Amino acid sequence: MGESDYGCVIDQMRLSDDVPWTLPVLLQVEEGPDAKDGDELLLRSEEGAPAAVIGYEGTFRIDKKEYASKVFGTEDQAHPGVAKVYSSTGLAVSGRLKVVGRQDPGTYAEYTLSPKETRVLFAEKGWQTVVAFQTRNAPHINHEYLQKSALALVDGLFVNPVLGKKKPGDFKDEVIVDAYKALIGQYYPRNSVVMSVLHYEMQYAGPKEAIMHAIMRKNFGCTHIIIGRDHAGVGNYYRPYAAQEIFGEFPDLGIAPMFFREFYYCTKCAGIASEKTCPHGEEDRLNFSGTKLRKMFGEGEVPPKEFMRPEVAQAILAHRQPFVE
Amino acid sequence: MPTKYTTVSIPQPLHAKIEKLIAKKRGFKSVSDYVTYVLREVVAMHETKEVPEPFTSTDVEEIKQRLKALGYL
Ligand SMILES: [Zn+2]
Repeated sequence: MGESDYGCVIDQMRLSDDVPWTLPVLLQVEEGPDAKDGDELLLRSEEGAPAAVIGYEGTFRIDKKEYASKVFGTEDQAHPGVAKVYSSTGLAVSGRLKVVGRQDPGTYAEYTLSPKETRVLFAEKGWQTVVAFQTRNAPHINHEYLQKSALALVDGLFVNPVLGKKKPGDFKDEVIVDAYKALIGQYYPRNSVVMSVLHYEMQYAGPKEAIMHAIMRKNFGCTHIIIGRDHAGVGNYYRPYAAQEIFGEFPDLGIAPMFFREFYYCTKCAGIASEKTCPHGEEDRLNFSGTKLRKMFGEGEVPPKEFMRPEVAQAILAHRQPFVE
Repeated sequence: MPTKYTTVSIPQPLHAKIEKLIAKKRGFKSVSDYVTYVLREVVAMHETKEVPEPFTSTDVEEIKQRLKALGYL
């Protein structure tokens, strides 16, 4: 992303050609390349493999404080996205992408579909409407209800877990994949759901990242995306439903959000409920914090079936160390 | 780099109607804001209809083979 797009994105949440775009995508470098305007540069992955070719258009400096406050709404370095910006070089390369190579999907080649592939797949399945579910977690019962509530309104569900760099305490990539395989295999009709993974690094930008998540899923051919509570948030930086409100500013996204309140198991209702359907208090909700859940799994304990499907819990327990350290 | 703006003309009575409308609605700071919103919505609707799928029939056959091999089809 060049300087003019960068400026438009942080100020207007759009590229310079008016396309909705809420997060900068920058190629930051230690020092500018020894090249002149118009030269072609080959970009390599961390492993050294050729990844893309860009037409070089110069470099520009970013104001990290401005980036943090405009994009993340905070300059607090305890925010992982802000910390990443502050630790970056601040020198960005401008250029036009000319060739993009296919990313090496690593160990998940068989679960990695490109947008072209998912579009063909959805068409082959005869799905006119497809709802995407973004996740970075192993599925709890409440996630399953969220997905199935949305699925009731469309032809197909696209479960699209994010794999890649994560925070300590998050489930490892392989655990998320295995947990979803267990859930989908046992509890979803085969012709209503597709799972493929997305190699992407979360930025925890809350509402603004929710818009990018929607754009990515539109590219995969989805017509809808589920936006629940605190989508792409971290800590208490964003209001619980800020990621739903922001969609009101984008009438031209080309993918429709489906908003849901949080689901939970209510002991008084004796079933899965949400704030919209259940009058009972928080004390009646079956809930486990991330810390509690990590402790349970650490001790080989299985959470109650009202919280997590036993097959999912077993798939998690099959990993000796299911969490990122 | 700030976005550049240009002016379009709309009938004054319509402008007055929109002013009244947005006074009651939250979220729109000005008539220009409102008009931009509505136009983006309308233009996007037309654009979505016009976009062809980004692949040829040969692509589709190759993709179907891979999807079958992976068990997706
Ligand atoms: Zn209840």
